[in-house]
Amino acid sequence: MRNVVVKDAEAAVEGIQDGQTVMVGGFGGAGLPTGVIKAVLDKGVRDLVVISNNAGSSGDDLSLWFGAKIVRKIICSYPRNAQQFAEQYRTGAVELELVPQGTLVERIRAGGAGLGGFLSPVGVGTVFAEGKEKITVQGREFILELPLRADFSFVKGQLADSLGNITYNKTARNHCAVMATAGETVAIEVDRIVDVGDLDPEAIVTPCIFVDRVYARSR
Amino acid sequence: MKPLSRDALARMVALHLPDQGFVNLGIGAPTHVADYLPAGSGVMLHSENGVLNVGPKPQEGQEDWDLINAGKSPISLKRGGSYFDSSLSFAMMRGGHLDVAVLGAFQVSKDGDLANWTTGDNSTPPGIGGAIDLAVGAKSIWVMMDHATKEGRPRIVERCSYPLTARKVVTRIFTNLSILDVTVDGLVVRALHEDMTFAALQKMTEASLLASGTLGTIKQDGTVVA
Repeated sequence: MRNVVVKDAEAAVEGIQDGQTVMVGGFGGAGLPTGVIKAVLDKGVRDLVVISNNAGSSGDDLSLWFGAKIVRKIICSYPRNAQQFAEQYRTGAVELELVPQGTLVERIRAGGAGLGGFLSPVGVGTVFAEGKEKITVQGREFILELPLRADFSFVKGQLADSLGNITYNKTARNHCAVMATAGETVAIEVDRIVDVGDLDPEAIVTPCIFVDRVYARSR
Repeated sequence: MKPLSRDALARMVALHLPDQGFVNLGIGAPTHVADYLPAGSGVMLHSENGVLNVGPKPQEGQEDWDLINAGKSPISLKRGGSYFDSSLSFAMMRGGHLDVAVLGAFQVSKDGDLANWTTGDNSTPPGIGGAIDLAVGAKSIWVMMDHATKEGRPRIVERCSYPLTARKVVTRIFTNLSILDVTVDGLVVRALHEDMTFAALQKMTEASLLASGTLGTIKQDGTVVA
């Protein structure tokens, strides 16, 4: 039977290379795969392109990556209160692509769903429309927003079974469920792994077809 | 002359929200509107990180850091609440399913243009978050803000000088001195602080104001009387 369980965070990030694109789930601390963040740092990779809602604040989040200067570019919606990122940004050491939050997640959804992008009314008439194709549909102007995919998607779930079916906890679902559809390798950190059959099929948010690796946080 | 306090402004907005409406309160000052919702109003609060029917802040020691709002503060869930991913959450916003979004602002123009995400100050990295999606999608966009800056410069202007969040979206402005509706004819004053005159308000406002047929009086506690 299929079994995607790996033993720890180090095994979850196996194969990551310099210059790759990485999605990291979470909104604030909810849904943030902190074990994976540490493991990527320990791998010593550099020049990453990161797709995430925030740019870390302090402690065990993406601020570790900015502190270690391993990020070349971040695509995110709200890199505020992020001291390590801000220092890198000021010196021009890291590139920022600022994307409205809903546009960010929908670009990821398009990437995971095999779409060539989507037409958004958000940003029309603002700096967020600059350099983008405009398309009028039924008299209303839209912006063509392009899909996002990544070499790795790292997210945090609550429970997994060994097939790779995933549940989430409350608002920790946020970008995680969508990012789990859009990585070449999808690795998910969970609180606990349960037996196949123990998850209510109605409660599974990410079906195992999307998931390549899961590991349980050590307590 | 004492403008409304933050709390009184939050109460004034709360008392205007439609019964049983689906409402998103932006981060910052708008979040406090939740504290003044009348009992039994049935308003259901949405937070864009993926929760509908947000309840009050939990007691100290009862926080669950997997249950937070868009400002990343701990919340509770009311009976009948639900969780969902960000894509579905923003579908609720862009798709016109929210009745009202209440947002803070730096500036609003006479046409309802909204500037609320950056002053163009490059010393800190910019952040846009979900405010721009709300500004485009909700059925009604309400702004709550001080009528003028601390230095006395107007925030309600002919044209926004700060980078825009969205064009022609704001429908109503609640300030610490007035309630204004953005109409095709221009800005209509619906209610005025009890210690203000129309002429004094116009002096603090760059855009031209129109008088409403029925001008309400805003009391110091944020209640409005006809």
